[in-house]
Amino acid sequence: MTFDWAFLLGTLPAFFRALGLTVELGLIAIATSSLVALLCSSVLLLRLPVLGVLVRAYVELARNTPLLIQLFFIYFALPSLGLKLSGYSSAIVALTFMGGAYLTEVLRAGIEAVPRTQVEAGMAIGLSRWQLFRHVILPQAGVFSLPALFANFIFLVKETTVVSAVAVPELLYTTKNYIGLYSKTYEMLAVMTALCVLLFVPLSLLFRALERRLRHAQFGS
Amino acid sequence: MPSSGLELLWQVAPQLGRGAIQTLAIALAAILCSTLGGLLYGVLGSLGRRALDALLRFYLELFRAIPLLVWLYLFFFGLPLLTGVSLSSFACAVLVLSLWGASEVGEVVRGGLQSLPRAQREAGLALGLSTWQLYRLVLIPQALKRMTPPTINVYTRLIKGSSLAVLIGVIEVIKVGQQIIERTHEHVLIYGTLFVFFFLICYPLSLASRALERRWSYA
Repeated sequence: MTFDWAFLLGTLPAFFRALGLTVELGLIAIATSSLVALLCSSVLLLRLPVLGVLVRAYVELARNTPLLIQLFFIYFALPSLGLKLSGYSSAIVALTFMGGAYLTEVLRAGIEAVPRTQVEAGMAIGLSRWQLFRHVILPQAGVFSLPALFANFIFLVKETTVVSAVAVPELLYTTKNYIGLYSKTYEMLAVMTALCVLLFVPLSLLFRALERRLRHAQFGS
Repeated sequence: MPSSGLELLWQVAPQLGRGAIQTLAIALAAILCSTLGGLLYGVLGSLGRRALDALLRFYLELFRAIPLLVWLYLFFFGLPLLTGVSLSSFACAVLVLSLWGASEVGEVVRGGLQSLPRAQREAGLALGLSTWQLYRLVLIPQALKRMTPPTINVYTRLIKGSSLAVLIGVIEVIKVGQQIIERTHEHVLIYGTLFVFFFLICYPLSLASRALERRWSYA
């Protein structure tokens, strides 16, 4: 079998656009998911009556179903309910739906990890609710949550590959598309693998380094 | 023509059921292989051999860093080219999920074994137990409580991951659902049913994992 370098080089621009789209989707999903998670975890922290139940139901539903089903429901089923979204929008909505739930869970666990005595000590020296949250809970919960938060950010970027199923021309869709069109399976898999390694391995290494630093940060305090 | 959604669901239930069995077969096979592979990985990783650790570490990082769907494509499209062996899409899904799951379960097992006090291992060796006896009679039973909840979490991820099999052409529950939709155009009903199907399997597992973790965290 011969390796068709010329063909490979010809597809590179498309692949770099695809890589860009993967990164773009990942970053947008991280931002929107974080926003949803901040809202949801505030609801849980403030113990709001009805909203609290809704948030918990949402978190369980989103965490216990596959992203692919969520994506298909949004892309194929919502139009018959009157909401038609493009593949790109569906991808972002689905990633946010799933990511928001995962990040809510991370933030909730971080807040719960702050020792009860810290809150009581804060109240004893007369801090207001907001001051308590701002100066006592948030900094400590933040340190507790950060490793899991970053792990979930990376998880979200990896999950963007699933949205290839609704024809969003990211890395995997582009690969599959070219394989289908030109049968250059060997070359396309090589490009896909190379770009995946280029994107995901550094992310993974970065995460390990961060994790090590944060573990030491906890001991010093 | 079926008049209501429930009636339609009743009619297509046998067909959906056959798809569900395919999905569950993939998930169960992957869970079984992941558990066995994970035990092996965990035990090997707890032996403290440098070269072996580096090898396992490499395997874990590789499967953690690269998304599952990418591995599915690589094995499905790439394996026939590189080795000449062409796996069915079903076998391919089981293989990839198992390789991924074994590394995840393996990390859980290794962590569980390493969290035990060193004295347990030393006491076992002092009694003259062989390595096999040491692990089977002393270490694994004690680590089991710590390993079970996170292992159940890996199982739910495997079940959710089995949904990706449809993307390499396995005729499982999602594909069957899509075929029914082509005939009936009942998008909401069918995708809603699929939603419920996965939720009903994964949610009890998540609850069990959480309950066990709470109960055993003081053990």
